[in-house]
Amino acid sequence: MIAAELLVAQNIGFAVISVLMVIGALRVVTTRNVVHAALWLVVVLSGAAAQYVLLAAEFVAVTQVLVYIGAVMVLFLFGTMLTRARIGTERDLNNSYARLGIPVAGVLFAAMAIALVSSFGDEQLPSAARVVGVPEISDQIFGPYLLPFWALSFVLLAAIIGAIVLARKD
Amino acid sequence: MLTSQFLLLGAILFCIGVYGVIARKNAVLVLMSIELILNSVNINLLAFALRNGSADGHTFALYIIAVAAAEVGVGLAMVLLIYRNRRSIGLDELSELRG
Repeated sequence: MIAAELLVAQNIGFAVISVLMVIGALRVVTTRNVVHAALWLVVVLSGAAAQYVLLAAEFVAVTQVLVYIGAVMVLFLFGTMLTRARIGTERDLNNSYARLGIPVAGVLFAAMAIALVSSFGDEQLPSAARVVGVPEISDQIFGPYLLPFWALSFVLLAAIIGAIVLARKD
Repeated sequence: MLTSQFLLLGAILFCIGVYGVIARKNAVLVLMSIELILNSVNINLLAFALRNGSADGHTFALYIIAVAAAEVGVGLAMVLLIYRNRRSIGLDELSELRG
């Protein structure tokens, strides 16, 4: 492997962002404060957007920032504040069988890691890949994936109506 | 960049999300763990899109983001309804379906 193929800057960026994302994800599932969990989730989602940029997916990264960090996080904070009287540390956020999750997640990760490493190994991503732009994505959405797009529109409409019907006071 | 480094990052996030779904009792925190899982799937899809040089993965990722937004909306509405009826969103207290 010659040095030009190593892409040092991208690899350092990937490592830094990955470490931040893993720390954030661990804090999301271990912290005792629901608002802190939401704010750590922002770290993970921003890191995911940065990884999308590394993967040459600018449009998906921008959508991630708009939809997840902009809208979904506001929904989560609303949900937190509407369902809990106090904003602070809470004692019993975990189930009594929470320790059961550790071996389950560990076994799952071991199985996936073995499968991934054995099937992909040290295969390189194409370094000079062309960037998929908005025109190609729109050609996909309004071309071969039009029917899923319609179904998705219907799902969103049903979700909006369902949320209003469920959450209104009558 | 290796293909497997992105896939391994996705696997790590997926497993952390699974742990959160199992371990957490608060319904809002379970929804956040589900968001972690969906994001790991998106990282995988975009890694494969770059590997194969196609735009299909981008389309799938956008659809997943839309479905996740709908899921969070309905999920939080349900959580709100449960809280209004029970004054609690602990998932272990919702045991009416137990036979």
